[in-house]
Amino acid sequence: MGYNIIDGVKYTKKHEWARQEGNEAVVGLSDYAQDKLGEIVFVELPDVGTEVEAGKGSAVIESVKAVADLYAPADGTITEVNEALLDQPEVINSDPYGEGWVYKMELKNESQMDELMDKPAYEKFVVEEDEK
Amino acid sequence: MRKSKALLFEMSRPGRRGYSLPSNDVPEKSLDELLPRKAQRSEPLELPELSEVGVVRHYTELSTRNFGVDTGFYPLGSCTMKYNPKINEEVAVLPGFAFMHPCQPEETTQGALELLYNFEQGLKELTAMDRFTMQPAAGAHGELTGLMVIQAYHRSRGDHNRNKVLIPLSAHGTNPATVSMAGYEVVQIPCDDRGLVDLDALKEAVDETTAALMLTNPSTLGLFEEEIIPMAKAVHEVGGLLYYDGANLNAIMGYTRPGDMGFDVVHLNIHKTLSTPHGGGGPGSGPVGVKERLIPFLPVPLVSKEEDRFYLDYDVPETIGKMHSFYGNFGVAIKAYTYMRMMGAEGLKEASTDAVINANYLMSLLKKTYYVPYDRICKHEFIVSAKPEKKKGAGAGDIAKALLDRNFHPPTVYFPLIVDEALMIEPNDTEAKETLDAFAATMEQIAKDIDEDAEKVAHGPYNTVVGRLDEVRAVRNPVLIWQKDKE
Amino acid sequence: MGGKHYLPLTDEDRREMLAEIGVSSVEDLFSDIPREVRLQRELELPSPLSEYEAFKHLNELASKNKHFNNCVSFMGAGVYDHFIPAVIKHITGRSEFYTSYTPYQPEISQGVLQAIFEYQTMICQLTGMEVANASMYDGGTAVAEGAVMGCGATRRSKVLVSRSVSPLYRAVLDNYFNSRGLEVEEIPIKDGYTDRSELENKMGDDIATVILQQPNFFGLVEDMEGIADMVHGHKAVLLVSADPLSLPLLQAPSEYGADIVVGEGQGLGVPASFGGPLLGIMAAKSKFVRQMPGRIAGETVDSEGNRGYVLTLQTREQHIRREKAPSNICSNEALVALGAAVYMAAMGPQGMREVAEQCLQKAAYARESITALKGYDDVYAGSTFKEFTVTVPGDPAELNKKLLEKNILGGVDLAPFYPELKNAMLFAVTEKRTKEEIDTLVRELEGWK
Repeated sequence: MGYNIIDGVKYTKKHEWARQEGNEAVVGLSDYAQDKLGEIVFVELPDVGTEVEAGKGSAVIESVKAVADLYAPADGTITEVNEALLDQPEVINSDPYGEGWVYKMELKNESQMDELMDKPAYEKFVVEEDEK
Repeated sequence: MRKSKALLFEMSRPGRRGYSLPSNDVPEKSLDELLPRKAQRSEPLELPELSEVGVVRHYTELSTRNFGVDTGFYPLGSCTMKYNPKINEEVAVLPGFAFMHPCQPEETTQGALELLYNFEQGLKELTAMDRFTMQPAAGAHGELTGLMVIQAYHRSRGDHNRNKVLIPLSAHGTNPATVSMAGYEVVQIPCDDRGLVDLDALKEAVDETTAALMLTNPSTLGLFEEEIIPMAKAVHEVGGLLYYDGANLNAIMGYTRPGDMGFDVVHLNIHKTLSTPHGGGGPGSGPVGVKERLIPFLPVPLVSKEEDRFYLDYDVPETIGKMHSFYGNFGVAIKAYTYMRMMGAEGLKEASTDAVINANYLMSLLKKTYYVPYDRICKHEFIVSAKPEKKKGAGAGDIAKALLDRNFHPPTVYFPLIVDEALMIEPNDTEAKETLDAFAATMEQIAKDIDEDAEKVAHGPYNTVVGRLDEVRAVRNPVLIWQKDKE
Repeated sequence: MGGKHYLPLTDEDRREMLAEIGVSSVEDLFSDIPREVRLQRELELPSPLSEYEAFKHLNELASKNKHFNNCVSFMGAGVYDHFIPAVIKHITGRSEFYTSYTPYQPEISQGVLQAIFEYQTMICQLTGMEVANASMYDGGTAVAEGAVMGCGATRRSKVLVSRSVSPLYRAVLDNYFNSRGLEVEEIPIKDGYTDRSELENKMGDDIATVILQQPNFFGLVEDMEGIADMVHGHKAVLLVSADPLSLPLLQAPSEYGADIVVGEGQGLGVPASFGGPLLGIMAAKSKFVRQMPGRIAGETVDSEGNRGYVLTLQTREQHIRREKAPSNICSNEALVALGAAVYMAAMGPQGMREVAEQCLQKAAYARESITALKGYDDVYAGSTFKEFTVTVPGDPAELNKKLLEKNILGGVDLAPFYPELKNAMLFAVTEKRTKEEIDTLVRELEGWK
């Protein structure tokens, strides 16, 4: 199945994307993840200032019959959250890499971004996931 | 045939009455004399106003918009939707049961206590446990009671480091939720290729922080955990206890008993195994049984007997306290006790036998058309995966909707979570072979329909009183009560 | 014989089915159960009874009990002898309702779903809340789970509960909280009421939920003025356990600022059944809906725009949220809630108000008549609704024994719950009691000792 996998962001094995901007990263859910979840109806955002840890739950995304944790792609501190999602969580479905971003974080250790997958690696990963 | 049904509130007419009360015959005082003015309600009470016949017609029509076991086949996996014998309903409403106050003096409740006592004796024999509490009002409530008892046991031994409860990945959602509610941490144990708990992973996971293993046996996959003996040994060796979730006991009555498998605590869903109705979601009843060493921790009161006298026994030295305002769902226990007395030992075993025959028979019919991921002898239920159908455009949920159109209640869908597009099918002991044949034929037809026009199947149902309902809208714009000014 | 007629398979069926499965005997279907755990004998249970024998046996057991139809009851403490309209049994006896499961397939469960939606609405009309769930097990568990809701909403772990809240409910609350590692502290009582200054002293920014009962366990009408402001000043949640039958007369909890309302719904046409099944009511302001446990029905439309109902906000629940769910509740008291909905629909605002007024008037008459007797006094002064406490000149158990000779179920002894209250009893007087019955009680009390 065709998922939109874009260049210029890094991907985690839990299907988050992160785009580095200086020592910050913008974080969201990949197209693959939003497709698997289905229509998103609720988003629980972290408070600004919350410290997050790579691979640990940092926000909660809900569809009608599923709850998914959004895991932090790296260690750091939340600097901004996308409050528009509280009223219109469905934006994650329609524009996962754009208006559907979830939060911004200050990276504690920028080198952690290198451990994430780039577009080709993630494309391969998604195909494997689908075959499971 | 599609139509909405008016709400009570929309049929209300000011001044209409549906009740008849005797008039007040004591000397009347003014309201202000009896209640401080500021404590009195100032907003008018906005309940609907209907005649008695209006109420009866409304609910009778609603009942026709509902499907029960009496309507048709209800193979809802892990819910054991067996027939609810009518005698149960008759005896539970006898005034000598239905109109008893829980605080009545003991000499006026001997019949009720005798029933609870004798019911307990039956449950003990059925499960090989030493004592039962009837307080839990449902299975999940039983789980919580059981874990609290386990917690109290460990604490009483000064064993405060046990903070984990192990549960297999295939477990019902109530298990992990209960574990959290009891203040424990969940440790998930994977299943192996056969669908059974991975024994090596279990051995790896147990240690001195293990409070308990919670297990449903047979599992939600309908498979008997054959390695229950080494599993029990592994947990007991590190000082943990074994909790038996009785959701699937209907498969094994008279064949094996949780207590004999090594379990220390058991809850039963008597609204499943012992035939009491589900009532559209309740009331259930979840009696909890324990082995001797856990009796001192059970909730109070227990029901005890001294010579010919039955009594509520508060002498439970290290009791966890109370789980329910009174003694649990007595009205449900009456029905289960009646069923047990009518079935007897042989009847209960035969019920399990027939439940297992029915499940294996239906599985062998369905696997001609559908993918059965664990293709081996099952117990009371089995799993079909609609993953191949999903690829064609209609998955488990769509198959469920297609069954609605053909007057069958669908199986449980999308559970257990470890199988993609799962349909969990439990035909139970009270269904005839012809019913299973008809269901299998229907399922085969649905598979053909998917081959021909998956899109159409994906948009069903077509013959129900309402079409597929927009659940996304219900969450995004929650309308949870009727409001006058909104209409 | 016995109940084997519930099993439709014939021997011929079984043979054919085993052949289709491809096994030679039933035993082959159970060979996966290890020998060591197989039961090597038959279960030892009493011999099976035929349907008539079962009826006779159960009827004999029932006839050993006293009950509201052959006694006059003044018992309360959460369960009461209220009038039950005949329609209820006939509606809840429709087997399309009582033999169905939780309405997870909405297209064939519109009956139960709409009934729940209407129930939720009527509970909100009574309490002034904005959202209600489809039920909890009983008043006690509703208090406990409501208190947990407050902890979830405030992310705090300590609650205050008044000693005037039913001791039965507090016992359940203690148990739930103790296990979870949450803390409960008691607010003492003063003259039977929640001690306001103690409440203010104990209040702080660490408190999640303040739990009060209206009318309280002694039947007294608590003064709720200003409490919500104080509680909200600390960003805490006010939980009130209310008797739904008092609400046609007493302030809706919304009027004094309650955030969560729970209560025992047994008075709404539910048979007492020796204390179960009961009905746990739970309602709240809509901002707490995500912390609310249990099932909730919501309105939506189908593919053609027809109005319909579904279980909604299901991600709160255990089957989806698993270990992160606020509660593990699955089965609830749906059929009992259906009965309560029928009750409210049949009684309407007029009928419910009449019930409440008669409770108030008759209880007041009984209280005045009893406390006029020598040796019988109010334990606590103040306005009461349908229950009141009196000290009696002797052991309450002895008194109840004497009353029983006249087929009167007397009051509830308070000593097991409040050891400081010796020879004190809680009497309940519902709309079913007549002046004559009350006068008989009074005469019997007068003649005692």
